[in-house]
Amino acid sequence: MTAIIKAVKLEKTYRDEIETIALRGLDFSVEKGEFISIMGPSGSGKSTLLHILGFLDRLTGGDYLFEEKSMNDYSDEGLAQVRNEKMGFIFQAFNLLPRTSVLENVKLPLLYSDVKESLWDEMALKAIDSVGMSHRKDYEPAHLSGGEKQRIAIARALVNNPSVIFADEPTGNLDSKSGSQVMEILEKLHIEGHTIILVTHETYTAEYAHRLIKIKDGLIEVDQIVEQKHKHQNGFFK
Amino acid sequence: MHIKYTVKTAFRGLTINKMRSFLTLLGIVIGITAIILIMSLGQGAQNLILSQIQSMGPKVIAIAPGRQPQGITDMLSTFTDSLKEKDVAELQKKNNVPHLAEIMPIVFGSQTAVYENEAYRPTILGVTGLFTKIYNIYPSEGRIFTDEEVKGYADVVIVGSKVKDQLFGNDSALGQRIKIKGKNFRIIGIFPKTGQVSFLNFDDIAIIPYTTAQQYIFGIKYFNRIVVEADSEENVNRTVNDIKITLRNNHNISDSSKDDFFVETQAEALKMVSSITDIFTLFLAAIAAISLFVGGIGIMNIMLVSVTERTREIGLRKALGATGKNILIQFLLEAIMLTTMGGIIGIALGIFLSFIVSFILGHYLALVWQFSIPVLAIILGLGIATLIGLVFGIYPARKASRKSPMEALRYE
Ligand SMILES: Nc1ncnc2c1ncn2[C@@H]1O[C@H](COP(=O)(O)OP(=O)(O)OP(=O)(O)O)[C@@H](O)[C@H]1O
Ligand SMILES: [Mg+2]
Repeated sequence: MTAIIKAVKLEKTYRDEIETIALRGLDFSVEKGEFISIMGPSGSGKSTLLHILGFLDRLTGGDYLFEEKSMNDYSDEGLAQVRNEKMGFIFQAFNLLPRTSVLENVKLPLLYSDVKESLWDEMALKAIDSVGMSHRKDYEPAHLSGGEKQRIAIARALVNNPSVIFADEPTGNLDSKSGSQVMEILEKLHIEGHTIILVTHETYTAEYAHRLIKIKDGLIEVDQIVEQKHKHQNGFFK
Repeated sequence: MHIKYTVKTAFRGLTINKMRSFLTLLGIVIGITAIILIMSLGQGAQNLILSQIQSMGPKVIAIAPGRQPQGITDMLSTFTDSLKEKDVAELQKKNNVPHLAEIMPIVFGSQTAVYENEAYRPTILGVTGLFTKIYNIYPSEGRIFTDEEVKGYADVVIVGSKVKDQLFGNDSALGQRIKIKGKNFRIIGIFPKTGQVSFLNFDDIAIIPYTTAQQYIFGIKYFNRIVVEADSEENVNRTVNDIKITLRNNHNISDSSKDDFFVETQAEALKMVSSITDIFTLFLAAIAAISLFVGGIGIMNIMLVSVTERTREIGLRKALGATGKNILIQFLLEAIMLTTMGGIIGIALGIFLSFIVSFILGHYLALVWQFSIPVLAIILGLGIATLIGLVFGIYPARKASRKSPMEALRYE
């Protein structure tokens, strides 16, 4: 099997007024279909790593290959296209557009894609249905609970049927019940064949993954296979 | 990106802050309103000037006392007594002004006219029977006075339609007597409703022989104007020269800068009118330019604020696959939609104001004024509004498009 993601001595230094070295040379690769959780103390570089893996930010050293092509070989437009077609993002802060219906929010990635407009509604409704939110498709985000918002954000992340889904603390703003619901959905997506990379603080969410990468001070501290505690039998999608 | 969604997205951006968007538009609205007014009223003024030339004829030359007024506020300079009966006599001599066809002295002023219990204050013009020919206006009832009546200080009057209406209502006025400054005048003619022609509202006049006017009404021995008609249009300039030479001789003036009269042809009078409309146009154009510029800066400012406020939205869109170009178009379109909306409001307001102005000019000042909105004005107004959106929207839009997705998402 070929690696969908391959980091080679990946480095990132922020150069503002002060220099911050966030990543100090990371080596790892991810196979298609893996479910990986990234953990580590605050400020250790988890979000930074996720942003680079998700083509949201450029690296400053080493190399990063997505589907065996180096990130450095892409123009900004090229990165945007890959993000649009092959990547899905879920953020801690949901980042739904206010005063815009659930349906329109989920359609957002399609606006920037080559998908025919006549298919948009159907694809968006399917994605909304798969997170169990069909009954709220005409709501505005302001009228949804946190857990519901995050499920909509997930629907938006998967509307383009991306190969990799990046999630940065998707349960960070949720109570454990809605957090579990979100994790059940991610697990279902994993079963359907999506590669999932999850940054998290909480152990209970990390346990959905089968591989754990621990980061500390911009370096990989642990990279190990873990046993999945949740064998997707406990309920939400039955 | 698909047009429909691009427009929808831009429109959503605007509706988020409806009041703010609207207030930003004021400069654009005022600017475009001014442009519409310039073009619409300019057209009206031009129509007016053309109709004046047609009604008075280009052969008419006016002589006024005093020096040439230095602009519209200097009219007082014409209130002197330098034009006398003797000047008329000299000008009439064939060897002095060979191409003079007609000559008519004028005295004028306001006086109250009374009929039974009704009183009205028209403009009293003391003239001769040539008045009808020179101004191309003839009584619809009755007649104009004869040369004998002028020579004989006759107490006869021809009134304008409004004067008749004010004093007599629907009753017949012909043959009735009205009192002007205590003296009885017999109405021998009534002018039809005509409106404003060359600084004079013909509905609001009462004309009497100039002899009577000088002697009994105004108590003066001079003229306020002498009107001359040349025998042909080609001879107008020559006749003007002859008049000047004759009057200078008659007034013992050797230096033309010391003239105590001035001669104006119809063409020059119209030039003066158009110079006033030019000043007006320039004034409005300056307002338009300034407010459009200020409005444009306002648009730029509000778009910059909007770009900053929506940093997260921009980041999100980019994360989901929007390119810099997508974002640029979105914000540029917002700016253009904003200014175009201002343009549409400005055009509507301009049409409305222009209608009001032409209504006032036509109704209260009795000018022969035509309300018209040139299509070009509307196209120009929309074009300029769009251009302003483009010019002042490009910088904020570029700024938005350059935000990196990660930075934008981290923004708080
Ligand atoms: N845009 C930036 N400019 C400068 N420094 C930054 C920037 N973003 C992150 N950093 C720094 O990089 C380091 C890693 O930040 P990062 O957000 O990746 O941490 P994290 O592991 O996600 O932390 P948390 O668990 O609190 O979210 C921190 O020291 C942070 O201050
Ligand atoms: Mg983080």
